[in-house]
Parts: sequence; structure tokens; C-alpha cells
Amino acid sequence: MSNTNYIGQSPKRVEDKRFTTGNGRYTDDIVLPNMTFAHFVRSPHAHAKIVSVDTSEALAMKGVVAIFTGQDMKKTGIVGVPAGWQVDFINGDRMKEPPHALLVWDKARHVGDGVAMVIAESRAAARDAAEAVVVEYDVLPAVVNAAKAVHDNAPLVHDDAPNNKAFDWTLGNPIGEVDAAIAACAHVTTLEFTNQRLSPNAMEPRCAIGNYDQYNEKYTLYTTSQNPHLTRLLMCAFVLGIPEHKVRVVAPDVGGGFGSKIFHYIEEAMVIWASKQINRPIKWTSTRTEAFLTDAHGRDHVTKAEMGFDKDGNVKALRVNTFANLGAYLSTFGPAVPTYLHGTLLQGLYTTPKINVKVTGVFTHTTAVDAYRGAGRPEATYLLERLMDKAALEMNRDPAALRFQNFIPPFDGVTQPGYVTQVALQYDSGNYGPVLERGLEMVGYENFRAEQAAARKKGKYLGIGFSTYIEACGIAPSAVVGALGARAGLYESAQVRVQPTGKVSVYSGSHSHGQGHETTFAQVVADKLGIPMSDIEIVHGDSEAVAFGMGTYGSRSLAVGGSAIVKSIEKVLEKGAKIAAFKLEAAVEDLEYANGKWTVKGTNKSIGFGDVALTAYVPHHYPAGLEPGLDFSSFYDPANFTYPFGCHIAIVEVDIETGKVKLNRFIAVDDVGNVINPMIVDGQIHGGLAQGIGQAMFEEVLYDDDGQLVNASYMDYTMPRADDLPMFETDRTVTPCPHNPLGVKGAGEAGCIGSTPAVVNAVMDALHPFGIKDLVMPMTPERVWRAIHG
Amino acid sequence: MKIPIKVLINNKEVKTMVEPRQLLVFLLRDQLRLTGTHIGCDTSSCGACTVHLDGNAVKSCTVLAVQVDGRSVHTIESMAGSALHPIQEGFKEEHGLQCGFCTPGMIMTTANLLRTCPNPSEHQIREALEGNICRCTGYHNIIKAVQYAADKLQKEVKHV
Repeated sequence: MSNTNYIGQSPKRVEDKRFTTGNGRYTDDIVLPNMTFAHFVRSPHAHAKIVSVDTSEALAMKGVVAIFTGQDMKKTGIVGVPAGWQVDFINGDRMKEPPHALLVWDKARHVGDGVAMVIAESRAAARDAAEAVVVEYDVLPAVVNAAKAVHDNAPLVHDDAPNNKAFDWTLGNPIGEVDAAIAACAHVTTLEFTNQRLSPNAMEPRCAIGNYDQYNEKYTLYTTSQNPHLTRLLMCAFVLGIPEHKVRVVAPDVGGGFGSKIFHYIEEAMVIWASKQINRPIKWTSTRTEAFLTDAHGRDHVTKAEMGFDKDGNVKALRVNTFANLGAYLSTFGPAVPTYLHGTLLQGLYTTPKINVKVTGVFTHTTAVDAYRGAGRPEATYLLERLMDKAALEMNRDPAALRFQNFIPPFDGVTQPGYVTQVALQYDSGNYGPVLERGLEMVGYENFRAEQAAARKKGKYLGIGFSTYIEACGIAPSAVVGALGARAGLYESAQVRVQPTGKVSVYSGSHSHGQGHETTFAQVVADKLGIPMSDIEIVHGDSEAVAFGMGTYGSRSLAVGGSAIVKSIEKVLEKGAKIAAFKLEAAVEDLEYANGKWTVKGTNKSIGFGDVALTAYVPHHYPAGLEPGLDFSSFYDPANFTYPFGCHIAIVEVDIETGKVKLNRFIAVDDVGNVINPMIVDGQIHGGLAQGIGQAMFEEVLYDDDGQLVNASYMDYTMPRADDLPMFETDRTVTPCPHNPLGVKGAGEAGCIGSTPAVVNAVMDALHPFGIKDLVMPMTPERVWRAIHG
Repeated sequence: MKIPIKVLINNKEVKTMVEPRQLLVFLLRDQLRLTGTHIGCDTSSCGACTVHLDGNAVKSCTVLAVQVDGRSVHTIESMAGSALHPIQEGFKEEHGLQCGFCTPGMIMTTANLLRTCPNPSEHQIREALEGNICRCTGYHNIIKAVQYAADKLQKEVKHV
């Protein structure tokens, strides 16, 4: 191994010196000269007419600079923030897309809807003045549950969306065929459940600084975003109507995203718009309670699912009907999550020949629901994997054996074609048996059942739960997502700029907010160019530096953004070889490139990467007709999604006296294709597991019937803490992706997608002696205790 | 009305005026530009704002600036010398951080733990970090980072 062989190694992260010493630079750390502070007046009611807004007292307060209300915004003609995805009704009617105003002037439609923006000289002055803004509301009845919101007598969120439906949608085999297949089954397992609403809870609250500079008539937005370029595009072209080349968007260090920082939010547009009105910079920083009320939530499905088996336990059919709560407004990816990221995954790892899914997207008087880590795929996996374990118990079959029996046979996607599902996807490559085999081996399955039986005799209730999942990530082939309603292609761009001294700057359209791109991407570049990692810098998150980018979500950075980098490196090496050949007086075909130099094959004549770079920029002695410079950009549009898969196994112990569930062990065997940095991939898996386990055991955004979000703080919303979790036991199999140059599949969401049903299945297994067949998440002590003793 | 305070911050004397309602965390971040101390919640629940007050870990969003008059505060910015502190090194070596937002608080809480309990068990580490939320790591590598630091600090003690 040469010293530049970086792929597959675990160098420590480049980022960590600044983060461990307090030198990270997050948006709220940025201070601009003459900066003001904004605080938003937000509706305390879920549904209310706005009768009047009186700002006179607040405007007279010390330190107040300006106040803008919904009426002010109405006069500007700005309609609001758009959805990025269009899912039309089955009958062809267009998706209902009511405006999401920057500040509301007619009605508030969820608790937290923005009513006025107060700008002052300090954070405290802005908050004080916001409290002095008097808003008169006419409170109206609200609806928060998606299945209830479609009833004829339910309050309407938007007058032009009858029955609160934004769209309905179906996918798979014709429903008649699926109905017939289910009717012919020897056994049908039914699951009716709510996949509860969650708050993503990145630890850094959202923050935005808007600055209009009269000098060059340019705007700068510093924001906590996972995709600054998309924010710029949406804000310029679709919200404010300002010229894109006069707007710079910077997403500096961002303290976690998990989906919640993908979307273009009203506060970003407001600080930019208002900064021009007052001609000063404006900073807005979310409080945690504001984050609960205004960061897009995740999940919130009400679903009925039926899985049919023949007498031998072969899955024959799956029928799914889901009401997906979209919240009060369509967020950027809102319509895509319950449809194309959920319905398309219902094949799972199984050969089910008939599948039909119907999804109704529903408005309610709640915060918008959008992509949260996994986004649709956790919902699909929960449905399938709960059904599998439940069916195994009902049919008195072993849950692992039932899965082995129904797995899709292995295929590599190269010599064998990809697997075409009943729900519109073609899996790239897969070998599903080994992840479950390895999981069973790690957990010691053969011994576990005896241990469980012995423990039960002593009044100790252990349970084991399985989940064998697949996901689609690396989103996405632009033509495919375009056909599915995406209003943008989902390629990625990268520029590799070789400096004259042979140092390399890489400008990536992906954005790192914890994923460690500055390390992983540098490994790829160092490996491919055969130069030290310390000679490489990864630049991201600044629309002024990076030409364009679609950002980071859907586990896409390495598979799509990394592939764009590889494409640019190939161009650098191709041109470099021409320069090297000229300098070495050899033919390009006679050169080979390794360890940072071109060598004439079979000789000791060589020239280093740095010398070629210098020649490219100081072209005194240079190939005729070749342009100077060594700097290439590429746009990579993937040929397909990537399809990571894996097996997660949970072992729990339920204290039947208190109902408390203790997670004793968690085993995760994941296949994310090739791995660039195993340390970072393990870290991504760990974090995903904690969030998936969090959904199973602790987390739930709770609305009361009036639409009040009753647990909008960390005093009330239960986040997984250090003493709630065990050490994770992880391993991998490697089935390379056949269609991207690195063979990688993506690891960001896998942990969160697979883990939730494993935990719930384990609790159900533990509670089997009590005849309990299902419980709604999260598995709180109260719920478990009531189920046992109720 | 503002009140004068005199406080040692990272061993440097600071004299300033603060509003009575001003929280320590805003004194650090907004007035003194020590932005390594973060704010993750409004309820003293997340620990991102943890600093040391007279050597003990406190959540600086729960302490009024006027309360530190005449006292000594240490923040994350004081931890490293010419090299990283062994706790910082542990977080880097064991990949105990991802987005880095909770990390300063985690490190300050860990320092408090290892001062009072130099060789903690996994259980003791988990209990000690219960007041610091991390959304990225699942805590797995944070536990290993603290164990790394404990080992290294104990070896340093033996060498002395």
C-alpha cells in the first residue's frame, strides 16, 4: 500500500480541530457591523382569523427599528414559499398548493404561523417589543389528525382544498388484482397504525442573517441550510423575485440537519427582504420552542396495511392505504415523502408479486411535515417489518426463517440485471441473505430463545425483534424524479481546481453538516491523484465559491457529489497526461499515472503532479493548441438510485411492574456498498440508530385537539440521552453499487430506516405472553404498563 | 439599568456592564465573542452551553451574568494549549463528534466528570453525560472518547 492509498482507511477528521476547540463558525456566531435582531410574533392559535394587528406600542419602544406585519407583506405582492414537488390527484386534477405566505394576513393555520416581524437593536429588545404587538384573533375550530381531516364536517385548512386533500396517489398493481390476490391468501396479517410525528431536532437551532449591501446592490444570506444553492434559487426566482446573481447564500458550519434544514423557510426570505427595507443586516435565531413550532416535522402517517401469505408462508400480496399529514402548508419536499419515497419502497426485500398502495396527502392545522432522516423509507420499513414479525407470530413461524424464505435472490446488477419491483423501482444490486445470517450469528440467536424461555420463568420478559430493510437513496436520476413530479433535477456538481503548486481546491455542491465531507471527499481526491490529503481543501456551502449544487439529503453526498468529484479528477488526469507526455517527449498512451506522477511505462522517466500543474499555469514550454490551466467542473447525474440494505436486531427487557423498556442490545449489519471511511460510516450508522430507536421508544410530537403542540421543549419532548442507549454492535457486508464510479450506496439514513421496527418487534415479542399484539409508538412505560395491566 | 461586574474569564480579568436579566451565555457569546459555547435549548436541558464556574460545570443559560461577579469562568476556548487537551484529542481520535454543535458542552462536562471520577465505568460516563444531548453520534463514540481521555489523563498522572 502506498502512502496515498486513502480509500477504505479511517484518517481522523479534518474538521475536528476547529470543532473541539470552540472554533467552529456557525451562523449565529457571525456578527456583521450595524447588525439588528429579529423576533417573530407567532400565532398562539392553530386556526384563527386575524382581526387586527396593532404595532403602535411596540414601535414606540426603545431600540425598535421596524416592524412588518402580514398586511405589509400582502402589499408587496409576494405570494410565499413554494413546494418543490408536484403530486397530482389520481383523476388528473392538479395538486392543491395554497400559498404559504411569508407572514399571514388573513388566517393563522398552525400554532407558530408568522404574524409579524419585529426588528430591534438587540435580541432582548426585539423580544420585548414582540410581546407588545397586540394581535386580535377570532379563534376557529382546528383539525390535527390526517384521517379525521378528510371527513366532510372537518374544519378546512384552506378554502380551496375540499376535505383538506392536497392530492391522492396510487402505485403498483391494479387494486382489483391485489384485492383478488389477498382474497385468495391462506393467511392475511393486518396492521393498523400511526407512524407518529417527530421533530428532527438538530442541536443547532435554525438561524438566518440577511444583509443588503447598497455598495454593489447585493444581498447576502447566511443560513443554517443543507443546500444553500437551492435556497438561493427558490428565494430569488420563486419567492422574492430578486436577481440570482445579486444574491450570495452561505451555509457555514451547520449543527446538524437531518432533513429539517433542506427546506427554504420563510424566515430566510424575510431577513433578506427586510434588510433592504431597513438597509441594515438582520439576524434571526430560532429558540428551541420556535424550532418545535416551525422546523418541518417528520412522519405522521395513519395507515392500514394487509400482507397476504399462502399456506407455506410465501408473501403473495400487499395492500396499503395511508393518510399522510402534510401540515398546514406544503413544504419543499412535503408531497414527495409519503408518495415517491414511501410507496416505492413497499417491495422491501421480498418477492411479493402483487402490491398496491394508496396515499392521501392531507392538510391539517399543524406544522408542515417534510423529510426527516429516512423520509418515507422509515415509514415503508416500519410497515413491512412489523407485518413480517406479526405474521410470523400469527402463523407460528420463526421470523428469521420467514424472511429468508421470502428474500429476493442475489443479483449483482452487472452480470445479472437489477431487480424490477412492483412499485416502480429497479434495485441496483443486492445480496440479502448474508446480512440476516451475520445478524443471527452476532446476536447468538440459537441460544437466545432458550435464554428467553428461562428468563420468562423467572418473571423477566426478554424480547427479540428483527428488521431487514432496503432503502433508495443517492437521489436521484433527474429524468426519473422529473417524471415523478420533482420540479428540479437532482444531479450534483464539483469543480477540481489544481493550483499552480499542485495543491488542490475542490468546490462541492454537497453540504456537510456533520457528515465529514472535508475528510471523506479529500480521501477520494488524495487517493485518485496520489497526493497527500493535506494538499487538498474541500470548499462547500457558499454560492459565491461553488458554481452550483443541489445539497445534502437522501444519503446522496458521496454517491452523487463524490461521483461529480471523480468525474472532474478524470478530466484533470486526462489533460495532465497530455502535458506530461509533452514534457517527457512520449506518447500519452505510453504513460501510466501512479503515486502522484506520470511515468513512461518500462522506464524511470517521470514527471510529478506538481510539475505538470505548474507547467499548466506557466505554459512557456507547452503543447501547441492546448489551453493553459488545470481546472475542471463536472455535473454528475446518477443513472439510478442506490439501494443500501441491512439487518437490524434489537433485544429488549420489559419490566412488567413499571412498563419500562430497556434496550439491552442492538445489532446492525448494513450493506452500504463500498466504504471510503469506515470510521465515519460507523458514526453515521450509530447516529441513525439513535434516532430510529428514539422514535420507537421516546419521541413524539403531541398536538391536542385544539392544535396546541403540548411538548414543544426539551422539558417535554423526550430526546434519547446517553443513559438510554447501549453500545451498538455493528458489522457490514459489501455489495458495490454497479452504476457509480466509487461503488458507494450511502449511509446517512440507513440506521434510522432499519432500527425502529426492530425495537417495536422486540417489545411485542417480550409482551407475547400477555397476548399483546400491537402498541402505538413510542413504547413509553405508561403505554406498556397499561397494555400489560389494562 | 446596567450593573458593573468583574469576572475572570479564561484567566483574564473582564470588567463590563450587564443588564440584570442578562444570561451568562449571552455575556460570553454576544459581548465577549466567545462563540464556542452554544445555545441548543431554552430550558437548561441540552448542555450545549456548559462552562466551568469556579471549576464546576454549569449550564451558562441558567446562570445570570451578575451571578459570576467576582468569580472565575472557563470556556471551551481555554481547554487546548499548544496541543489539544486529552479530552479534545479523545473526541477527535474516537470520532466522538459529527456536526460539532454539542461538542464544547460535552467536553466541558467530561472534564468535570474526570476531575471527580478519573476512571469512570461506561455506566458512570452515561450518567454523567445525561444532561448533554447529542443528536448525531448516538453517544457510542462519545463514550469511547471519554474512555480514551480517562486513559490518557491517568497515564499522564502516572508520569508525573
